[in-house]
Amino acid sequence: MSKVGIIAYGTIPFTTEDDKIESILHKSTNELFQKNPNIEKKDIDAVLVSTNNNSKYLSPVLSEMSGIQPKIAHSIESLCNSGTNSIVSAYSYISSGLADLVLVSGAERYDSPGQILEWDNSRGEFKHPVFWASIFSKSYKREFGISDEQLAVVSVKNHKQAKENPNAVSKKTYTVEDVMNSKILTDDLRLLNCSRPCTGSASILLASEEMTKKFAEVPVWISGIGQKTTSAGFTKNVSLSSMESTKLAGQHALKMANRSNSEIDVMEIHDAFSVCEPMALESLGFTKPGKGMNLIKNVHETDDFKINPRGGLIGTGHPLGATGISQTIEIVQQLQNSAANRQTDNASVGLIHNMSAASTSSTVLVLEK
Amino acid sequence: MSFESELSKGNFCIPECIKCQKTVWPPSEFCDKCNGKTSLKSGEFEGKIIEYSKQNKDYFCMVEFSNSIRLMARMNEVPKRNQIVKILKCGISKGNYFFQVI
Repeated sequence: MSKVGIIAYGTIPFTTEDDKIESILHKSTNELFQKNPNIEKKDIDAVLVSTNNNSKYLSPVLSEMSGIQPKIAHSIESLCNSGTNSIVSAYSYISSGLADLVLVSGAERYDSPGQILEWDNSRGEFKHPVFWASIFSKSYKREFGISDEQLAVVSVKNHKQAKENPNAVSKKTYTVEDVMNSKILTDDLRLLNCSRPCTGSASILLASEEMTKKFAEVPVWISGIGQKTTSAGFTKNVSLSSMESTKLAGQHALKMANRSNSEIDVMEIHDAFSVCEPMALESLGFTKPGKGMNLIKNVHETDDFKINPRGGLIGTGHPLGATGISQTIEIVQQLQNSAANRQTDNASVGLIHNMSAASTSSTVLVLEK
Repeated sequence: MSFESELSKGNFCIPECIKCQKTVWPPSEFCDKCNGKTSLKSGEFEGKIIEYSKQNKDYFCMVEFSNSIRLMARMNEVPKRNQIVKILKCGISKGNYFFQVI
């Protein structure tokens, strides 16, 4: 299989503005081309749009607005991991030889219909994500003897890190007490334990080995991909304190990259809610079950940005279709040593974890320079 | 007779494959294992509380029936894990299923 690299990216600040989906898709794509004037639009073979928005024909629309006439143009929707799913599709087009350059552009509005999976009637009247997050939190805390105060550290850390991210929706820092005193949504979830739906867009350009070497000053390669879907319905999760799809996707990605957990220098973890961060770290094999908060507390207290340097979903905001792409851009910046105040030391291998619908589906990518 | 038509009348039925007898959940016309047609079992089924939390004064629980069906249900009393419960009320409201256990 031929190598696939990432050669350019563009992103816009995440906001709560009432912008049109076509407009924000165009903005991040435009940002990509403005920052990389050496890339010719006529060379783009495919344009993939990642979104849960109900607007139609968005890839041809974006292509026309951007002056691209691609061979392949379509949208990809998979709720919260639409972004990395689109990157995997782009990778496949390139590694199969169908394309040399693929633009992946993700966007979502604050009022995305992807926030609630209407099909999942097993959730009864409790379809909003705060209910599965509450069940996960309750189960995780009970099984491993973790307190609400301990889980609050995830939000404190990620807001602190988001303050260094100019594109993050959150500009504030919070204490554990602030998290504990924030609005009570359920007995097991407070407002500051949650990521925030927002308006945002991020675009990325994937390239064949030859094109990557031609265009990238510091090439970043996608060396590992793992995906697993265990179900669509939340209640089909066998465990409520670990993430089976994440575990399997992580194993596949690390195996493909021929890497072990200890070789990962920096990672983006899908912290849709506080409890998701320790659960994902444990399921990916970075700590033993129930020990994820020890690692999170340690990196927070030492101001080590290696877990969710851009501020995670909690700090950065969660525009569903853009999230996985934004996470990937962060790891590219980390590997290229261009993450400014968020930069981790000597990062050469990074991991992205992006999941959907109470971890019923997960995508894990490994990137390296 | 479909699961939803029974549910809308307040009857909770368990879908089962006619061919291989597998309980099929979420409810479907066809078995996800052998692709056979399904039928509905009716009765007063017992479920077990797997996990729960609370919003305002209302408890919401994940309840397991027949070792394979899991659904989210409302409960008025304080739940306990592994507590055995029965469906008190169920139906379809504004397109959403709802279940209450006791």
